[in-house]
Amino acid sequence: MKADESLDCYGLRCPMPIIKTAQKMKQLKVGQVLEVISTDKGIKQDMPAWCKATGNECLGMEEAGEEIKVYVRKIKE
Amino acid sequence: MADIPEKEKFTIVLFSGDLDKALAAFILATTAASMGMDVTMFFTFWGLNVIKRNEGSIQAKGFMRKMLNVLNRGGAKRLKLSRFNMLGLGTWMMKKLMRDSNVPSIDEFIKMAQEMGVKMISCSTSCGVLGLPDNAFRSGILDQAGAAFFLKEARESKITLFI
Repeated sequence: MKADESLDCYGLRCPMPIIKTAQKMKQLKVGQVLEVISTDKGIKQDMPAWCKATGNECLGMEEAGEEIKVYVRKIKE
Repeated sequence: MADIPEKEKFTIVLFSGDLDKALAAFILATTAASMGMDVTMFFTFWGLNVIKRNEGSIQAKGFMRKMLNVLNRGGAKRLKLSRFNMLGLGTWMMKKLMRDSNVPSIDEFIKMAQEMGVKMISCSTSCGVLGLPDNAFRSGILDQAGAAFFLKEARESKITLFI
């Protein structure tokens, strides 16, 4: 999946990938896609939940080994 | 996707001064803030140890309160595990495991929470009983408040936790 920005959260545990995502998303423009690279298994549940709570869109995930790439589209400021 | 009309509130009472319980409280507080919630943390009794400043001594009035604040010095960097403290060895090991797993320390979590706009309030009765002056706390702690304030906050909150 193509992304406008990437956020490396390799090795970080809950809640740091979510907190860093929230900070990073402030820098994106509406419509842009952020790729979050995480090794925290909880991200698979956490990111859709975060997106639902904040009104953003979780586009999908790609798993390769221990690495999970999550794609989030910014829907609103 | 449902639109959120106004900021939902989340209120936490941190009664415990244990490292592990404080960690749980701060993980939830910072995550809720990242989800756009309005977060208030109310520190009472042993929980006040979490927000005491790390450096210097705490000047309490009277013999018993002076003794209490020596034995129960507090400060985010001095918190102990609720179980397996083992004269500090267990706590030392847990802090090492947390560091090795890239989990921020309580001290880092407090700074992060403050940067994210989490409001931190100390309980006025506990401060009075334990003999804690305003300068016993780290910077950025809001004014003291009492039970009525907490209940007002809790009543307006979507989620309330007592830890």
